[in-house]
Amino acid sequence: MDKNKSTNRREFIQSGARLSLALALGGIGGLSLSKITGDDYVWQIDPFECTQCGRCATECVMSPSAVKCIHAYDLCGYCDLCGGYFKPDANQLSTAGENQLCPTAAIERKFIEEPYFEYHIIEDLCIGCAKCVAGCTSFGNGSLHLQIIHSICLNCNECSIARVCPSDAIKRVKASDAYKVKGGFSKSEES
Amino acid sequence: MRSAGNIVFLFSRFLVVVMLLTTYSLNAQEQRFPRPEFESGYQQPTVVTPEPRAQMMEYFDVAVLVGFLILASWLMIKRRSRRGMMWLVVSAVAYFGFFRNGCICPIGSVQNVTLSFFDPTYAVSIVILLFFILPLIVTLFYGRTFCGGVCPLGALQDLVIVKPMSLPKWLNKTLGLIPYIFLSLAVLYAATGTDFIICRYDPFIGIFRMDGMFIMIALGISFLLLGMFIGRPYCRFLCPYGVLLSWMSRFSSKHVTITPSKCIQCKLCVKSCPFDAIDYPTKEKEVVKSGLGPKRFIIYAALIPLWIALGVYIGAKSHVFLSKGHKDVYLAELMISNPEVKDDPDNIDVQTFLKSGKTMDTLVSEAEVIRGKFYTGSMIAGGFLGLVVGMTLLNTVVFRKQEDYVPHKGNCYSCGRCMDYCPVDK
Repeated sequence: MDKNKSTNRREFIQSGARLSLALALGGIGGLSLSKITGDDYVWQIDPFECTQCGRCATECVMSPSAVKCIHAYDLCGYCDLCGGYFKPDANQLSTAGENQLCPTAAIERKFIEEPYFEYHIIEDLCIGCAKCVAGCTSFGNGSLHLQIIHSICLNCNECSIARVCPSDAIKRVKASDAYKVKGGFSKSEES
Repeated sequence: MRSAGNIVFLFSRFLVVVMLLTTYSLNAQEQRFPRPEFESGYQQPTVVTPEPRAQMMEYFDVAVLVGFLILASWLMIKRRSRRGMMWLVVSAVAYFGFFRNGCICPIGSVQNVTLSFFDPTYAVSIVILLFFILPLIVTLFYGRTFCGGVCPLGALQDLVIVKPMSLPKWLNKTLGLIPYIFLSLAVLYAATGTDFIICRYDPFIGIFRMDGMFIMIALGISFLLLGMFIGRPYCRFLCPYGVLLSWMSRFSSKHVTITPSKCIQCKLCVKSCPFDAIDYPTKEKEVVKSGLGPKRFIIYAALIPLWIALGVYIGAKSHVFLSKGHKDVYLAELMISNPEVKDDPDNIDVQTFLKSGKTMDTLVSEAEVIRGKFYTGSMIAGGFLGLVVGMTLLNTVVFRKQEDYVPHKGNCYSCGRCMDYCPVDK
């Protein structure tokens, strides 16, 4: 009889606590539900806020970084003297390695017609150091800019680059709106 | 010299355009060098922007989580199969660990849920909310089967256990307070929008990704090496989500049992448990004889408010230090205490701030707001930790009548080792 009583009491306390925990969980869930989104988040660089500090190359959890330079061709002036391609003190406007600004030679320079050249980023070689971006932004149209490439990005819960980005240019955005490419590009226009 | 002249010549072509520009700021409409009209029929390439992972795949992850949770609970409660659980552990490491690269995980989701409560601009995504809440719900019914067979971090540590040692009880209890500290800090840092420290200091994510910072991978490997002799060191002495799971599991309606019928007091299960999670039968006579029980209970209960007060005091004292984790507070402090950093061209943060056009006053006032949040937050966190310490002490003197060897519902990970060792058949 005595034993029964004590087990009954224990069970009563247990079920009471269980109920209150369930209610607490329900409360948290309900509160969160009031402000919820079905869309997932991804990380995005705002190219207009980026200051080309170079941390994207070193701070990403991926090596090489998931941040790559992309080329918004709409904006490009197709210059012969490309501030993003050539070192400021280049000997010659040629594709020789010593003239190139890119440390990994990830920019391909193709002749189109006199005097225009196309610059194409080889994504596999790009490390996201933003040297070309800085060159293009200060001397050119700013058509080269960094962006997070989502086939590489692991979409960390908190982006380790965003944490150290000095200009807070990396933000969470809705996955349906993953890219911000300069020059009025939008995904619908592109396809 | 010839090439230098070449550049001057080519540059002069654009010089006029450059000189026309009065500002450095540039947007899509004003181009320094207009887009040329091509005569050769040149086709402009499109910008390649690979899609992020499909939303459907995220829901698939939730489905896998639900499947794993159901399977783990069924294997432990109904099927009572250690072998089945081992296979589940291997698949959890394979799927959530190496395939999904350890992200998305319920442990980190604590921070997302917290952030959504405190940041009006952030809404938690439904997938993350489900990852947060589903394991807790299942644990409320069936105990920590999530830890036993679903969590990739736990599963990885479970696989490396070789020769687990038993730690003394006081050490287990003391180290067991660390997760509470970690949880409080994680919630504090997430609520103030400072950092996601759970994700940042996840020791195993580098191993799952086979990439990462050297120091974090070294930490992960040392955790695994330690885990060969001390079962699941991260789960027991660090995991912040484990705190919540342990609360749920303590009051779970159906928890795993060691023996299918009646305990024969052989103690084999105690030897099999790598986590010191099996409670011994209580020595009722000794406790009653010593007469210390009630006396200590009253003392420890009376001490709880003092512990809370101490916690609040320490929290209030440490808020200045804790708030330095926030980037703006750190920058403001740095620039006030060392004004000479303004001339340091290598300090990227300071230089970017100076160029941004934001005034020092705005930065300082923003940093003060954040520090204010830290002041309240650290006091609450400190009070909570004080309560935890007080309750832990109180728990050591609470007498629970118990005749058999039973798993400690809060600490048991439902791995099934003990039931494998139990010699009782039916």
